[in-house]
Amino acid sequence: MTVFIFRRLIQAVIVLLATSVIVFLGVFAIGDPLEILLPGDATAAERAQVAASLNLDAPLPMQYLTFLGSALTGDFGNSFVFNRPALSVIFERLPATLELTTTALVLSLVIGLPLGLWAGTKPQTLVDESVMTGSILGFSLPNFWQGMMLVMIFSVWLGWLPSTGRGETGTILGIRTSFATWDGFTHLILPATNLALAQIALVIRMTRTGVQETMPLDFVKFARARGLSEGRILFVHVFKTILIPIVTVIGVEFGSLIAFAVVTETIFAWPGVGKLIIDSINALDRPVVVAYILVIVAMFIAINFLVDLLYSLLDPRIRGRA
Amino acid sequence: MSAPLLRVEGLKTWFDTPKGIVKSVDGVDLDVGRGEILGLVGESGSGKSVTGFSLIGLVDKPGRVVEGRIDFKGEDLRTASPARLRSLRGDRIAMIFQDPMMTLNPVLRIGTQMIETVQAHRKVSRAEARARSVEALGKVGIPHPAERIDAYPHEFSGGMRQRVAIAIALLHEPDLIIADEPTTALDVTIQSQILAQVQKLAAEMGLGLIWISHDLGVVAALAQRVAVMYAGRIVERGTIDEVLDAPQHPYTAGLIGSTPMANERGKPLRQIPGSAPPALGRPSGCPFRPRCARATEICQTEPPETLTGQHGWRCFHPLQTPTEVRA
Ligand SMILES: Nc1ncnc2c1ncn2[C@@H]1O[C@H](COP(=O)(O)OP(=O)(O)O)[C@@H](O)[C@H]1O
Ligand code: SF4
Ligand SMILES: [Mg+2]
Repeated sequence: MTVFIFRRLIQAVIVLLATSVIVFLGVFAIGDPLEILLPGDATAAERAQVAASLNLDAPLPMQYLTFLGSALTGDFGNSFVFNRPALSVIFERLPATLELTTTALVLSLVIGLPLGLWAGTKPQTLVDESVMTGSILGFSLPNFWQGMMLVMIFSVWLGWLPSTGRGETGTILGIRTSFATWDGFTHLILPATNLALAQIALVIRMTRTGVQETMPLDFVKFARARGLSEGRILFVHVFKTILIPIVTVIGVEFGSLIAFAVVTETIFAWPGVGKLIIDSINALDRPVVVAYILVIVAMFIAINFLVDLLYSLLDPRIRGRA
Repeated sequence: MSAPLLRVEGLKTWFDTPKGIVKSVDGVDLDVGRGEILGLVGESGSGKSVTGFSLIGLVDKPGRVVEGRIDFKGEDLRTASPARLRSLRGDRIAMIFQDPMMTLNPVLRIGTQMIETVQAHRKVSRAEARARSVEALGKVGIPHPAERIDAYPHEFSGGMRQRVAIAIALLHEPDLIIADEPTTALDVTIQSQILAQVQKLAAEMGLGLIWISHDLGVVAALAQRVAVMYAGRIVERGTIDEVLDAPQHPYTAGLIGSTPMANERGKPLRQIPGSAPPALGRPSGCPFRPRCARATEICQTEPPETLTGQHGWRCFHPLQTPTEVRA
């Protein structure tokens, strides 16, 4: 186990280093921040001075090494736009994004798992057909268009739910969250739903396929021959079996939820990192972009690690070897 | 003989497939008494497993029991409700399957799977159910049952896993166990150990046992009576001595001739010519006709069962003497 964790840590460091190089080169390709930071009529002397203050005049490898040196101490430089440490700008916004993505993830499980189990136990029936057709919609609607429709229907026509911002937040157990107030909660519903729809469809399909593949197995028949109830067979024997692939995919999907949050946060003006990154790219705010991508990559690595741990907890055949 | 534990009459189980009706079981008569081991033998595909599953109401989907009586301790299981069947399964009638690698859920401890089997039928505490499970594991010869109960199936060898399955079958001391080729997947030494153990337990507990096998040799060593199945029908049945010493059906004779028997070393084995008819499009009349050297005109009609005492066969031209078989 220790060896396993150690190996994963080394892998994580290598991935982060590689990403930092790519990102560093990438932001160079986007454009020169001086064009945006300086007024159009700035003199050459002013340019040189600003460039020097931001360390933009050094050769590229030197710039990278300087960046890497301070990044290792947790300093990603100051945001050009906010003039505050880039990392603290990101960490300020991160909770809103995590709240949104976690809510979407929970929604997709709470809705997707039961529907998938239901459809899976009744193949080729009306239930199965309707659930499947519904899930195709969840997959095929473009996220952006689907978000606009949600706003049109629930905010504009029905006027039930607010469509922009995070609303009023409060603190529960020391965490600032929209769940603390009714206003915050109503603000969360539409963006979370928008983000969750495709995931719900995915969870339904995986669960249904899992049930249909597990039901004909011998151990299910043997469980019946032992006189177990259908409920026990479905919720314990089948569910525990299909949970293994579901956890794997969900882990990977949590990462893509964070990525898709960019679109959803833009539509619903949700004050999270997704909206921040779009704004920062537009403003060529290099430190924020670089820090954002490294934070996201670090989160991906952490999630994958957790998934592997969970996987070995769920599957006794792997646990012995880890 | 007193009223048997199980009496099956005219059982038919058909599968309604897109290509036509597969008559997997097409008129099976069987009976098993208390404390008796009945061997059910026949080639693969003859309908042995489907017969076993029909008895406990577990025939897979397009299949269904279309006819017959399944009389178990005076109750007709064919008309029993699903709830009633569930309460009998694992309690009064237990089943053991062929592949011990596949019958236990790999992600649950064997203790979990045993305890749930106890609690599915009795309102007892977990601790009590566990104690009972440990005891059952001990009975079938699992060493250190109190520790091994917390292991997962993959931590047991194939033979040990089948012992676990047998222990599960024994949990409620059932009246009847249906064992569907339980030793086929195991190697010969382990197979004979398990056979000896099962024979001992069955005698001790006085339970009825249907031992399904394609191997007449195994059945001859274990059972008191045997039923020979061919193409969905029982073509011959009787005591082991009756059937092995004086087979009447040409198929039984062929099966004996192609089976290595422990006490007849050195005899050449002879295959039965031809192969079993396909499940769809079996010949009318006697299904063995295309492979039978004795077939005549009359064999195009269905042969009725001829019964002398307990020995019965379905053939118009039975072999009269034991010598004729070995000729
Ligand atoms: N689910 C099913 N659908 C269609 N046919 C089936 C099904 N299950 C079994 N059968 C048919 O029933 C026949 C008997 O099968 P089985 O009882 O498993 O034979 P045995 O156990 O003697 O080897 C086979 O010909 C098989 O094709
Ligand atoms: S009935 Fe006829 S075909 Fe069938 S086994 Fe007897 S002799 Fe052969
Ligand atoms: Mg079989």
